[in-house]
Amino acid sequence: MTVKEICARLNLRSLTGECGMDKEVKGVYICDLLSWVMAHAHAGDVWVTIQTHTNIIAVATLLELSSIIISEDAEVEEDTIKKAIEEGIPLLVSEKSSFMVAKDLIDIGIGS
Amino acid sequence: MGNISYEFPVAKDDFERAGEASSKIKKILRQLGMDSGIIRRVAIGAYEAEMNLVIHSLGGVISITIDPESIIITAEDNGPGIEDIELAMKEGYSTAPDRIREMGFGAGMGLPNMKKCSDDFIIESVVGKGTKIVMKMMLKDGD
Repeated sequence: MTVKEICARLNLRSLTGECGMDKEVKGVYICDLLSWVMAHAHAGDVWVTIQTHTNIIAVATLLELSSIIISEDAEVEEDTIKKAIEEGIPLLVSEKSSFMVAKDLIDIGIGS
Repeated sequence: MGNISYEFPVAKDDFERAGEASSKIKKILRQLGMDSGIIRRVAIGAYEAEMNLVIHSLGGVISITIDPESIIITAEDNGPGIEDIELAMKEGYSTAPDRIREMGFGAGMGLPNMKKCSDDFIIESVVGKGTKIVMKMMLKDGD
């Protein structure tokens, strides 16, 4: 499933327009500790987190993650959005908690 | 292939640019056509070393040397040095202040992650002088 389809089906708000929307989502990783994400997330994963500073884009780029979902409507810094567009990482926002985002992702068949 | 070396300075507290040295290192390996498995290990090691320089050091340099047998990542800083290396190597131990932890750093995973992704890991530190970390990743056929 592509990032674009997930964005539409989960009713997420894209902060990065159409950037990177055609990427294939291969799995999901949820964590707010960057070193844990570095050690355990895999290429193609969508990363669900409440962290919003610019370094999340460095992590996503290094691991070749497909996209980042910011949960609970956490406010994203302008610099983070700029960097995400530069690196082609889609930044999507949900008003739901990370747990409810995970539930929605499972409901649409991601990770199964 | 002869030896290839690159150096990247990393500034203290520069969260804006943190991760750039690791990204550049990753791009170099990609251009050399290296296998994604070894690229992932190098990227994790370089990122953790770079973030440690940003968060804990007074600034330093990350370098990469690629020879026919291995990739060596070195992180060397200008201090302040680590008092108890054994404790610093323990998973979950961190001296990062609260403002850093709130950003999702300081999980006490940096040094253990570096060791895990290296075939050979050396850390030397002198309080008041600085810390030097050397991570060696051996290349196998197909890398």
